[in-house]
Amino acid sequence: MSIKVSLPTAFTRHTDGRKQFDSAAENLPGLLADIDQTFPALGTQIKGEDGKLRRFINIYVNDEDIRFLGGETYAFQDGDEVMLIPSIAGGTD
Amino acid sequence: MNYSCTRYELKCNECGKRFGNQPLSACPDCLAPLEVVYDLEAVRGVFTREAIAAGPANIWRYAALLPIPEGFQPDLPVGFTPLVKATNLGKRIGATNLYVKNDAVCFPTLSFKDRVVSIALANARRFGFETVGASSTGNLANSVAAQAARLGLKACILVPADLEPAKILNTQVYGARLVRIDGNYDHVNRLCTLIADEYNWGFVNVNLRPYYAEGSKTVGYEIAEQLGWRLPDNVVVPMAGGSLIRKIRKAFQELVYLGLVEDKPVRFFGAQATGCSPISTAVKQGTDDIEPQRPNTIARSLAIGNPADGPAAAKMIRDSGGWAEDVSDIEIVSGMQELAETEGIFTETAGGVTTAVTARLYAHGRISPDELTVTCITGNGLKTTDALAGQYREERAVRPRLADFDVYLRELDGIAEPELAAAGEN
Repeated sequence: MSIKVSLPTAFTRHTDGRKQFDSAAENLPGLLADIDQTFPALGTQIKGEDGKLRRFINIYVNDEDIRFLGGETYAFQDGDEVMLIPSIAGGTD
Repeated sequence: MNYSCTRYELKCNECGKRFGNQPLSACPDCLAPLEVVYDLEAVRGVFTREAIAAGPANIWRYAALLPIPEGFQPDLPVGFTPLVKATNLGKRIGATNLYVKNDAVCFPTLSFKDRVVSIALANARRFGFETVGASSTGNLANSVAAQAARLGLKACILVPADLEPAKILNTQVYGARLVRIDGNYDHVNRLCTLIADEYNWGFVNVNLRPYYAEGSKTVGYEIAEQLGWRLPDNVVVPMAGGSLIRKIRKAFQELVYLGLVEDKPVRFFGAQATGCSPISTAVKQGTDDIEPQRPNTIARSLAIGNPADGPAAAKMIRDSGGWAEDVSDIEIVSGMQELAETEGIFTETAGGVTTAVTARLYAHGRISPDELTVTCITGNGLKTTDALAGQYREERAVRPRLADFDVYLRELDGIAEPELAAAGEN
């Protein structure tokens, strides 16, 4: 089983310029552990001092916010496209 | 693509790092939103009541505290909208000291978005962008399209596919490229974040966001100035992304710091539609954690299910001693009608939200009748007329004769009278 993970340009300084990588993680905690292993600097950037994912990052699975899918309990499916995006934009009227 | 300026620069809200001026909205280290900070001491003696009064009757009278690049000559008279005492609405909802800040008549596109877009595009031009863009629920699209046309910039605007027809037409007429996205605003917004990452475009609410958001401060400056340089007791503000309510507070704080108004506690009240109420839900639950929602409301201009400034807005509201409420779609329509019938102000659905929430805040005793309260109307009803579909019957045409007119009026009254009598018997 494998998922495709995409990153914004702002993160690629920690991944040797790579914007995409594959992971065999089964869920979100697994993916974070995988990132810690493969790209430790990225792992540090996306997590706060408490070890949790920073609240300014949103994670999408196939265009859906992972929080609508069960968050950490969601089991990745083979071929899932997972995106990490800073929640920078937001307000409009 | 950055410029130096001593008066203001970008700063990270979380870690405090500064970044000069560049098209950047999130801290590269901790990813938190960036904000424009000013050298307030540098404008002391410049940003005075007298200097402002001598300025033009639009937002540029406050230019000293706006992130406007040197050399940019603003020419659109944006803002400085009426602040009107709402005596009639007040009588209906039990308020004796209520004002309406009426951005339904903001120039040039009839919403408060004209304020933020003018600041964003000034910076887009300074950064050298030839194309500007926005993710929008409508008002922002209208304003970017109009002001980009004026500045000679190309505009590409992304909106949810189900947007009100008036807001789509009001974007296309300015010659902007409009792309309808098969999804809700949060989908559109995410796509714009990806586009801004790949294309060299200035997205007003993505990579230009810190500058853009500062334009909202002008609502706060105007309220204080129009009240005779004093702060209100309460402000009621509609919330989509949660930015406007925080910027009004920032404006008040700057005015206090520079001595233009006396310091006093101001309570901030947020208004949302129940069908998209992530911030009001957080306020009611006493948390800063925003649970994203899938929007389902007629107030599409407030339908942001995952508001970026939500956590900060929720915290600020509670810290101020304020509160947040949300109202149903039926109440939204009633709110639109109530404001129109009492004050002659036709607002869009978002203004229906704000008016209905304001009424509820008085009804629940969260705001006392005599407290100086300003409720912020941010958009025009002509853009969301479909929300009123079915509310008014199309009456039969009457022959152009006095006798026919007479009969017709009696007919109308005749319909009303039995109903009144029946109601009286019950």
